[in-house]
Amino acid sequence: MISLAGRDIAHSWSKFVLTGIGLGLLIGVTLTMAGVYRGMVDDAHALLNNSGADLWVVQKDTQGPYAESSSIKDDVVRSVRGMPGVAQAANVTYFTMQVQGADGDDTRAMVVGIESGQSGEPGYLVAGRQITRGHYEAVADIKTGFALGERIRIRRHDYTVVGLTQRMVSSGGDPMVFIALKDAQEAQFLKDNDAIQNDRTRTANNPAFNRPGVPGLLDAVQALQSSSHSVNAVLVQLAPGFGPEQVAEPIRRWKHLQVFTRAGMEDILVAKLIATSAKQIGMFLVILAIVSAAIVAFIIYTMTLGKIREIAVLKLIGTRNITIASMILQQAMGLGLIGFIVGKVAATIWAPVFPKFVLLLTQDAFTGLIVTLVICALASTLAIRTALQVDPAAAIG
Amino acid sequence: MNRHTPWTRRIGIGALAIALVAALAFVALRTGPLAPIKVTVTSVQEGKLNPAIFGIGTVEARRSWMVGPTMAGRVLSVRVDVGDTVKAGQLLAEMDPVDLDQRLAALDAALARAASTQAGAQAQVADATARRELAALNAKRNQDLAAQNFISPGALEGRLQEKASADAALQAAQANLNGSAQDITRQKAERAALQQQRGNVRLLAPSDGVVTSRDAEAGSTVVAGQPVLRLIDPASIWVRMRVDQGRSAGLVPGLKARVVIRSQPQAPLQGQVARVELLADAVTEERIAQVAFAPTHTDTPAATATVGELAEVELQLPETASSLLLPNASIQRLQGKTGVWRLSEGKPAFVPVRLGTSSLDGRVQVLEGLKSGDSVVVYSQKALTEGVRVQVVDALVKGSTP
Repeated sequence: MISLAGRDIAHSWSKFVLTGIGLGLLIGVTLTMAGVYRGMVDDAHALLNNSGADLWVVQKDTQGPYAESSSIKDDVVRSVRGMPGVAQAANVTYFTMQVQGADGDDTRAMVVGIESGQSGEPGYLVAGRQITRGHYEAVADIKTGFALGERIRIRRHDYTVVGLTQRMVSSGGDPMVFIALKDAQEAQFLKDNDAIQNDRTRTANNPAFNRPGVPGLLDAVQALQSSSHSVNAVLVQLAPGFGPEQVAEPIRRWKHLQVFTRAGMEDILVAKLIATSAKQIGMFLVILAIVSAAIVAFIIYTMTLGKIREIAVLKLIGTRNITIASMILQQAMGLGLIGFIVGKVAATIWAPVFPKFVLLLTQDAFTGLIVTLVICALASTLAIRTALQVDPAAAIG
Repeated sequence: MNRHTPWTRRIGIGALAIALVAALAFVALRTGPLAPIKVTVTSVQEGKLNPAIFGIGTVEARRSWMVGPTMAGRVLSVRVDVGDTVKAGQLLAEMDPVDLDQRLAALDAALARAASTQAGAQAQVADATARRELAALNAKRNQDLAAQNFISPGALEGRLQEKASADAALQAAQANLNGSAQDITRQKAERAALQQQRGNVRLLAPSDGVVTSRDAEAGSTVVAGQPVLRLIDPASIWVRMRVDQGRSAGLVPGLKARVVIRSQPQAPLQGQVARVELLADAVTEERIAQVAFAPTHTDTPAATATVGELAEVELQLPETASSLLLPNASIQRLQGKTGVWRLSEGKPAFVPVRLGTSSLDGRVQVLEGLKSGDSVVVYSQKALTEGVRVQVVDALVKGSTP
């Protein structure tokens, strides 16, 4: 038995393939949009994974350090280390700022202050080495565009990029730059020189701090103003055999600090921090999927309408309805399949070009394939209905 | 219509279908969860490390002075300015003496008066001496006359009494003279004390040095101990360096140092650790050491470093014994254990290791867990897991081959 669908496709295959490719690009856009959404969620997860922490200890009554600002003293880590079930605890600071490269261009980055050899340090590198000096060295994410050995400027100090890493991003997708904790503390709270001078003058004009009978008081007050011993969070790794809540509860209760477990942090990041933008993308994805489905239906419908005479002829020579229906269904399915393959390949090719991370999941691709085929099948029913209603007399019109 | 056309078309369609499926297969296998993770590897090798200690610090002067009055007062004049080189004993500034000069003049007058009093007392002594001599002669003569009974005993007694009175008067005059001399000594001492005070309002350089700050001008009032000028000894400039306690192992006096000051990053200076302080900073978790510049630099201190300038110091430690070495990028932490991903038969396996010292260029000693020639993952595109598919490449980033 000859394949009617194959014959028909072979008859005008270039038109068929071009339609398929066009459809494929549309499906590619839809898959990419799904990838953008997944990428946002994955950015949040990457942030949590890269910190290497099981618990986050932050300022009481805040949801820091990612969603809100949190500030605790840097000696809190010592009392946390003494709590039961804590294997490791490390100070960490986060702040998003513009980092200036050697060529003078700004890059938006999240500067992370880490204690070397502790959690918070980048887990893997793609080039260079980890920080070995206590000051003025940086490990940058490759997305920042910085090269090994480049001198970058954070506030008033120059840092040498000694290592590169990958997929170390903030929840907003900004690439990270890792520097030593002490540098980060200074950079985070350091004001510009004008502000410091103004503050000094202001303090000097305050008679309470500038008493003629107490030499040295002013210097002491000014030194106090410019020093910083705060960090944003303490990252805690659990000792084997302890549950997160089991360790978190005593710290909350006795140290009067807020503690988040991994699950709690994910909830904050995914459900609260990126919720609105994720919904925005999700809404767009839904509309795009509906529009794609409509376009697929219309293409198949018009394709059938274009062959209405031929179908009338087929009916005239006594072809069975089921044969005609299967021809249209096969063509629709073929179109859907070509479209899906082209779309998947296209999305994979252009995904790395996006400035933020686009995550194409295999399960999304499968869902996409099934949805595409279902839409094609549904769209073909419309066309089949029209084809079956054609009057065979139309062939001789 | 040509009968063969559908065949070529079929071949074309077939080729297209195969190409599409191949592209899909390629995409599925090269990206996403099925793709192998690209890694670079290195083999563990024996070698020696040149560990070093890195710290930052500020340039400070070992010897510095704050020159100010010991009593509250008003500044009369300041003779030197910032940057001036001064010699020991040089007059730097003067405080207002207020009434000290007048009080000196008063004391001078009092001294003159005391001298006059002394002269008067001397004259009284001379007078009393003359009277005593006369009384003595008279008494002696009357004694002789009384012995021959020319005069009555009553007349003799009168003369003897006169002589005793004259003796007493001389003693009184002598005592008066001594008293006036003591008065002069007291006045002189008082004057000397005032003179000292007068000298104290002159602020002199305690040592050779350079003026670094001029904190008060003529006319301003300063309290006791408040500096008017600050001096440093430029030959005593050194760097007060702070080293993270965790990375300060081996910090001892005498280590050779390489100092880079902020104003001259291209021209490192030589020096050595002059002192390691016994007290570490408990709050910043740092140890403190002083690094003196090599003698060649201290000749031209102004040209090399300014006080308060930021400096980076690298201290060279002795070379370690030969041991297995790894780049620190290959060290991973998994569930609280430190280890590396060793590649055995193309699959990564996590091997816990014990590490020794590390050098600033990012190499670290491996004491236990690996043997020479083991293949270890250095860089990876993402975090590895046990037995994951990996593809070994030369470099993950273009132009960064180690």
